Amino acid sequence: MRGRFPAVVRRRPQVAVAGALAVLLAVAVAAVLSPWLVPGATDQDLLLGITGPAPGHPLGTDDLGRDVLELLVAGARTAVPGALCVAAGSMLIGNLIGLPAGYFGGWADALAMRWADLMFSLPALLVAIVVAGVLGGGYGLAVAVLVVLFAPTDTRVVRGAVLEQRHRPYVEAALLKNLSAWRIMTRQIWPNIASVTLANGFLNFAYALVSLASLSFLGLGVPAGSPDWGRTLADNRAQLLVNPWAVVAPGLAIILTAAALNIVGDWLHERVDRRGRAR
Amino acid sequence: MAGRDRGLFLLRRFAGTVVVVALLSVGMFGLLYLAPGSVQQTLLGTRPATPETIAAIQARYHLDEPLPAQYLRWLGGVLHGDLGTSVRTGMPVADMIGQRLPLTLALVGYGALLALLVGVPLGVVGALRRGRAADRLVVTAGVVGLSAPPFAVGLLLLVVFAAGLGWFPVYGTGEGLVGQVWHLTLPAVALAVGAVGMFVRFSRAALIRELDQDYVVFARARGLGGAAVLGYALRNSLVPILTAAGLIVTGMLAGTVLVEVTFALPGLGSLLVDSVTFKDVPAVQALGLLFTLLIVAVNLLVDIGYSVADPRVRFGGRTS
Repeated sequence: MRGRFPAVVRRRPQVAVAGALAVLLAVAVAAVLSPWLVPGATDQDLLLGITGPAPGHPLGTDDLGRDVLELLVAGARTAVPGALCVAAGSMLIGNLIGLPAGYFGGWADALAMRWADLMFSLPALLVAIVVAGVLGGGYGLAVAVLVVLFAPTDTRVVRGAVLEQRHRPYVEAALLKNLSAWRIMTRQIWPNIASVTLANGFLNFAYALVSLASLSFLGLGVPAGSPDWGRTLADNRAQLLVNPWAVVAPGLAIILTAAALNIVGDWLHERVDRRGRAR
Repeated sequence: MAGRDRGLFLLRRFAGTVVVVALLSVGMFGLLYLAPGSVQQTLLGTRPATPETIAAIQARYHLDEPLPAQYLRWLGGVLHGDLGTSVRTGMPVADMIGQRLPLTLALVGYGALLALLVGVPLGVVGALRRGRAADRLVVTAGVVGLSAPPFAVGLLLLVVFAAGLGWFPVYGTGEGLVGQVWHLTLPAVALAVGAVGMFVRFSRAALIRELDQDYVVFARARGLGGAAVLGYALRNSLVPILTAAGLIVTGMLAGTVLVEVTFALPGLGSLLVDSVTFKDVPAVQALGLLFTLLIVAVNLLVDIGYSVADPRVRFGGRTS
């Protein structure tokens, strides 16, 4: 579920923001460095199988005898890039459609907004399950479907921000200087709304991470054997009595990472809003 | 507000809903043709492809006709309650849905009730204690809940309350009313956690906005008690809370897919996942249509609810 409305939380606890940034830093380090940190994360030890915490395996092993802690670190590498692609892709489409829609208005704007309304009436995750499942395209298709499903929210946000800028004096001045519409949109207006798009991108990033993990949990995302958090959860849910850590660790990783992204996104939104009001 | 305006608003809103449903039904029908492999192959599933069965499938689905005619035939069947035959089980899809619908509705209803009972009071506490420690705690907890996918929450609940403490069963649907409620409690909590976060956000924000209004200051100045003022403010916060309720129920219909799989519950969600995994396209089409119909119906109800809850809502204006 996405909460999509101006941040009303005036005073965010700074402790939460600091904690969130620390979590994101840890995830980023794990995502970038995991091939060197845990080169053998997916090595199986079928003879060992699933065990609780033991010397050499602080969080125990999963049903294939893979070390849970190493899987956790390696999982960041599959969780982050796909979600980043979704956030960046939908941001790009949102800008490409939202900028001209807000700038020119008229029937193109009306069309874009009706399209956004239609997409809003669909729950993204449900559509992704149906489309990715029936077409059977795996992770790449799941990412592509989510980009299409997320783009309307970015379009709305960008359009709204452009509408707010459209009749400011600096835009009128640019019009008087006979600058082309394209130039005004990209060089004059866009820098002023970039921060709004970025804040929204963080919220999309969080939702994409959760959606992709959900698809992988249902077996519709990453291929079997990948060190993905959602996949690890699905693989080990039948054995949660034997080694609960195999379920707890990836579960907490998903929740903490998504919460950290949302907290930072909200915080950015709030800062952007405040600056907008002060102007 | 003139009755004619309200009538016009409802008519326009309803027409919009019909258009959305029509477009979605085309999309669902298109799944059959988007699925990899030939249409016959998709509909045959694992049955042996003898010339007779292929001919029977051709005749049953009128595959030689132009696509629009096939679509209308399919839609006509759906409108008459004929949702097709499952490729996976060979049963009528309508029967399979009928068996599993009650569980999903019970789960969503239970979860929504829990979320309402926990989320709105927490939001009120946050609003009344704005900026203080209690508020910060409520807001942060709300964001964490909002971010947590229901399957991860569900598995953590299973680890702690079923495997660890042994208070709740790990799997199954239970016998009798008490047993069923007991078995559905952990799944409903897993479903409710995100919704609590949503309710906290919306109710807190709405109440804060109302408490800043002049009428609240005025009422307080005239010596009205805190409880009475809070009552007025809450009544005026209903529209945003109703918006949240709509988003929550539609979100839960998607979340129930994950929760039912997590807890191995035989509801519509696990049926959808099984059907999708098996590429049982007729079942997926029917379920997809049903889910979208439910969601569209909830959205329509919320819009109608606005006008009842708050007569100031301008009909036809955007409220969300």
